[in-house]
Amino acid sequence: MNKITNSALYSYLLGMADDALILGQRTSEWCSRGPFLEEDIALSNVALDYIGRARMFYQYAAEVEGLGRTEDDLAYFRDERDFSNLLINELPNFDFAFSIVRQYFLDVHACLYLAQLTSSTDQRLSAVACKAIKESRYHLKRSQTWVLQLGQGSDESQRRMQSAIDELWGYTPELFIMTESETALLAQGIAVNREDLLQDWTKSVMADMKNSNLQIPDQQWKVIGGREGEHSEHLGHLLSQMQILQRSYPGLTW
Amino acid sequence: MQHISLVTPEFAARRALRANSTCPQLWSTLDSVFDPELPHVTIWDLGILVDVQQQDEKRCKVTVSPTYSGCPAIDVISEDIVSALNGSGVEHVEVAVSLSPAWNTDLISPAGKAAMLSQGIAPPDKSVNCPQCGSEHTSVISQFGSTACKALYRCNDCLEPFDYFKEF
Repeated sequence: MNKITNSALYSYLLGMADDALILGQRTSEWCSRGPFLEEDIALSNVALDYIGRARMFYQYAAEVEGLGRTEDDLAYFRDERDFSNLLINELPNFDFAFSIVRQYFLDVHACLYLAQLTSSTDQRLSAVACKAIKESRYHLKRSQTWVLQLGQGSDESQRRMQSAIDELWGYTPELFIMTESETALLAQGIAVNREDLLQDWTKSVMADMKNSNLQIPDQQWKVIGGREGEHSEHLGHLLSQMQILQRSYPGLTW
Repeated sequence: MQHISLVTPEFAARRALRANSTCPQLWSTLDSVFDPELPHVTIWDLGILVDVQQQDEKRCKVTVSPTYSGCPAIDVISEDIVSALNGSGVEHVEVAVSLSPAWNTDLISPAGKAAMLSQGIAPPDKSVNCPQCGSEHTSVISQFGSTACKALYRCNDCLEPFDYFKEF
C-alpha cells in the first residue's frame, strides 16, 4: 500500500473508531440510571457493542499507523482536538427520548453504511462490517420500537420525542459528508460513499416519523466540524471522565 | 418435550473440520473450556472455537471468533484456552481472534442447545418456547437480557421469566 493510501486509511479508521468509542462511552452513562432495569441492561449492551467496534477500528488504525501505539494509547492519550468523531455522538444524553432518537437516527444510518462496507475491498473492514451490521439491525429493531411507542404514547412522551428530534436534526447532515480521506479511499473501493446514503436514510426516517405522530423539522441549520476536531463544549467533559485513570496512572491495568 | 433442531450445515462443517484434524487430543483438551457467561456450554458447543492447529509438540495456534463485537468474555476465554493447553503440556499457545466468517447461532452444536435448555435458557430457534413448561405462548420483556447474546422473555402460560439466546 502506498504512503498516501496509508495515511488516508489511518484517518478514516480513526474517525470510525472515535465515532464508536464516543457513542459507546456516552451511552454507557445510562448504566445504573436507566428508566427501568431491562432498559438499563439494553442500553449497557448497546454501549458494549460500540466499545467492541471501537476496539476493532483502533487496533487496525494502530497497525496502519505503525508507530507502536496501541488501541489504548489512541483512546486514552489523545486530546479533544485530536478526536475526529461526528458531533452527534458526543452530545449529552439529556433525557431518555434524546438518547433514543439519537440511537435511532444512527441505527438507520449504520444499517445502510455497514451494508455497503461489507463489500469493501479491504477484507478486514469488510469482516468488521459483517459482524457489526447484525448488531446494528438488532439495535434498530429496538430503537425503532421505542420511537413508535413514545411518539404514539402520552402527550409528554410525544413532546419530549419531538423536542429531541428538533434538537438533533441539525446534527444529522454531518453523517453524509465525505472527508478527503474517504473520497481517496472510495476510489479504491475501500470506503463507502456517504452522500449516496442520504436518500434512503431520509426515506426510512420519514416513514417512521409519520407512523409515530412525529414531525421532521423544516429548519435548515446544521452543525459540522467533528471530523476536523472542532467539537462542542461537551466532548472535553466526556474525555476527562473517560481518560482520567490512564492519565493519572499511565499503564494501569485491572 | 422441547424440540431441538437437527444438525445445521454450519455445525456439520465444523464437525467435519474437527474430525479431520491432525491433533484431536488438543480439541478434546479444549472441551474443558466453558463460556464464562454460559457455564454449561463449552466453547466448542457454542461455536466460537473455530480451529486448532498444532505446529509441533510444544506449540499450537487456536482460532476463536467472538459472539458480539463487544463481548467482554473473549479475553477470559483466551486465558482459559492457554491455561488448559499449558496444563496438557503445550507450552506455547497462540490465540487468534478471527472476525470472518462472522460467528452466528447456526454454528452452535445440538449438545450446546441442549445444555442451554437444561439451564433454563431457551436456545436460538424460529419460535421462542418456554424452557420450563415448553409453551409457545411467550412474549419479549427486553431485547437484551443478562448478556449481549440473550434477550429477556416471559412465558404467558407459566408466567416464568427466562433468558432466550438470540438467533443471530
